[in-house]
Amino acid sequence: MNGLNRSFKGPESYRNGSSYRLLPMKFMRFRDDRYLVTSMGGDYMFLSQTKLNDIVTHKLQQTDTLYPDLLASHLIADDSSTAHLDLLAAKYRTRHSRLPSWTALHMFVTTLRCDHSCQYCQVSRVSEDRESFDMTPAIADRAIGLMFQSPSACLKVEFQGGESLLNFDLVRYIVSEAKRRNDGRQLEFVITTNLANLTEEILSFSEEHGISFSTSLDGPAALHNANRPRPGRDSHAKTEEGIERLRQRLGKDAVSALMTTTAASLDQPERIIDEYVRMGFDSIFLRYISPYGFAVKSSARIGYETKKFVDFFKRGLAYIVDLNRRGIFVRETYTQIVLQKILMPGASGYIDLQSPAGMGISGIVYNYNGEVYSSDEGRMLAEMGDRTFRLGTVHDTYEKLFLDSPLLPMIHESMLEGVPGCTDCALQPYCGSDPVFHHRTQGDFIGHRPTSSFCERNMAIIKHILTLLEDDKETASILKSWL
Amino acid sequence: MIPLAAKFQSRPEGRSFVARLTNDKSLPSPLCDDEILVSRGDEPAPSGSYQGLIRIAGAAHSEEELILGDEFSYLDDGDIVRINEFAGELRVLYRKGSYHNVLFFTERCNSRCLMCSQPPRDVDDEYLIDDILEAIPLMSQDTKVLCITGGEPTILGWRLIEVLTAVSRYLPDSSLHMLSNGRAFAYRATAKAVSQAGCRDLMIGVPLYADIASVHNFVVQARDAFDQTIRGMMNLARFNIALEIRFVIHRQTVSRLVQTAKFIARNLPFASQVAFMGLETIGFTRSNLSVLWIDPWEYRDALREAVTMLAAAGMRVMVYNLPLCLIPEEIWPFAQQSISDWKNIYMPECAGCAMKAQCAGFFASASFKYSDHIRPFDTVSQLPSFSII
Ligand code: SF4
Ligand code: SF4
Repeated sequence: MNGLNRSFKGPESYRNGSSYRLLPMKFMRFRDDRYLVTSMGGDYMFLSQTKLNDIVTHKLQQTDTLYPDLLASHLIADDSSTAHLDLLAAKYRTRHSRLPSWTALHMFVTTLRCDHSCQYCQVSRVSEDRESFDMTPAIADRAIGLMFQSPSACLKVEFQGGESLLNFDLVRYIVSEAKRRNDGRQLEFVITTNLANLTEEILSFSEEHGISFSTSLDGPAALHNANRPRPGRDSHAKTEEGIERLRQRLGKDAVSALMTTTAASLDQPERIIDEYVRMGFDSIFLRYISPYGFAVKSSARIGYETKKFVDFFKRGLAYIVDLNRRGIFVRETYTQIVLQKILMPGASGYIDLQSPAGMGISGIVYNYNGEVYSSDEGRMLAEMGDRTFRLGTVHDTYEKLFLDSPLLPMIHESMLEGVPGCTDCALQPYCGSDPVFHHRTQGDFIGHRPTSSFCERNMAIIKHILTLLEDDKETASILKSWL
Repeated sequence: MIPLAAKFQSRPEGRSFVARLTNDKSLPSPLCDDEILVSRGDEPAPSGSYQGLIRIAGAAHSEEELILGDEFSYLDDGDIVRINEFAGELRVLYRKGSYHNVLFFTERCNSRCLMCSQPPRDVDDEYLIDDILEAIPLMSQDTKVLCITGGEPTILGWRLIEVLTAVSRYLPDSSLHMLSNGRAFAYRATAKAVSQAGCRDLMIGVPLYADIASVHNFVVQARDAFDQTIRGMMNLARFNIALEIRFVIHRQTVSRLVQTAKFIARNLPFASQVAFMGLETIGFTRSNLSVLWIDPWEYRDALREAVTMLAAAGMRVMVYNLPLCLIPEEIWPFAQQSISDWKNIYMPECAGCAMKAQCAGFFASASFKYSDHIRPFDTVSQLPSFSII
């Protein structure tokens, strides 16, 4: 090399003489001539069909500008280094680094009773019969004991219903007991509630114990009230008032909201998002409706095709990006989850888009009657008569529930690494598995990807996000700011 | 720039010793064993049982006095020097009031970087470690940070551990920053031994010059260096030793600057911080200047992209050794005043620059070759808070 002092060797001395090898890679055609290629560690590149052909037929020259990028993305390897094996292994391990800590989320169904009769809800009962539908302290005690057997350093207790607050005495009992029995874990408490029954007593207890809230907000009043009927048709007003009270007492971040997309939502993503922004939320989760609960029975009224949901999602996301461009900071949560999986090396904490599936091993449900379910959806199916996802009861041992129950085979069978269709799918590192959905809609935990609406929806959304990252610099920088 | 070594008339029968300076003329004799009394100008110097006497900027009052010029007037109470009367040499080992105290371990190295500022020599210099081990017990308990550098400190093997252990015993509250090429940590045992030395706050700065082996190995002129360094970094993580990844930007590394940032975010997210560093035009850099020099102005966009990408990925990012007028304002919040005080200068162009107080400035060696784009600022710019939109 010209100008290099003669005591140094030139760059050619450090280049590799041999040809390259292919590392495990998956590819998928996007549009036209463009292919997405992903590595085992989740690195990705977009390549033209010609280049991809050259690469896999070992025709790519070392002088090609893509060559170093392919090496660094661990798509190919040559004799210049063997560290890629250590790095790939570390990346793969990092992406699964939550597994050893096992179950962090523990959902307690404090009661099945509810004062709403939501169209998409299967599980709740409008009933005053406390005896039959409330969790007892004795059951809660057993469940708390199981919770503390989890190796996780953080334990998140989520109170579910029905309307969880209709059995507030038990909420209070569980919080106090968990704190009393805490052996050094980081404890978090979240109450999932429609906020209609918020009392001063609940507020001050929550303030004292640092409890946060999660509620439902489907959009503007007309839509929200239509989805969530309640005597008086005032669910929206009650929710708004509840959010305000919680924020005043517990701080702005103490309450988050979830929206459920129904057929009536599909033509108004902008209005739904505006409603979230108006209420001061800085994120919104454009959530697909699951085919459980009433959703199946009343699907004619509130269900929709996957394609319509995807259009709704894309339109909503475009609107949110546009709000950001205008200086209004609001994020879409599913996009954020997917971006994290695409751009960051760490393990995603989102239970419903993981492989192995998050059910049981990331979150577990203790039902009001003492039954233990691998997920909330599994519990809902049971209410419809399908008890596939019932792992046992709180009276079983921890070992029996987790090791000697249907759990591990279900998780094992549904891992994307081995699922036909997913094994070869370039989106696999960013996707997840949903055994409950596939069991429910296709009859087994594995499912059939070409006709799976889970796959259709996620493939469309993940492809859309990757396309935005690749093609639209401005949108990409807004999306990256959500990480 | 301040001088750290002095020559004086050698004394064939003289001593060689490490001692601490004191201004206290009436120190009780039992406390004088490790102390050298410093007098200035014409002030009288009592004869006591001090280890030695130094006079700065004045005429000798006695034969014992060692005379230093005015340029040493910065020396102060608590500083530590090695005096070798036989060789007629004084070296400043430690300055109590400085944030830039360097423990210089060795001149030896197993790499030979194109831009090494301290070209390695294969010499027997273990006396450096002996000095350091003598000096550590004399250092102030209030020492905030010590920097270990070389050469390659890990070349010393167990003697490195000896120094780390001494620091952890005598200076339990001090932070240690060690610069290493990281190759030795490819051996788990080395990383483990360092982790067990008991240092409360140790960070190891390891350079990575590219995301691919061929470029990194060329820059450090060693065939397996990339693999060893990568494995070394992973072992540091394995033993919970804080890691700083250092990327020196020059013409041979700049083409992989952005890609290396991405590589770090994806593969080495456990690093505590990532530093992008301007080139110091000294040592080997001068021999290879034409293949290394690039005006930082030319890579400012790439630097912005690399810094913002890592920051967005949640990593702590630093920009070292680059003047503010050469980097985009957007990444000013990451710029550090990183150049050790004793070799830090500003250029004639900087006169009247409103940002001088916040600017890293230049290495003293830079007057040799520096950017054509130095532009003083008329007004103080508010450092923008970081946002990637
Ligand atoms: S579910 Fe579909 S999109 Fe997801 S990994 Fe499997 S095949 Fe790919
Ligand atoms: S002109 Fe100002 S900003 Fe530029 S190097 Fe000099 S002091 Fe720094």
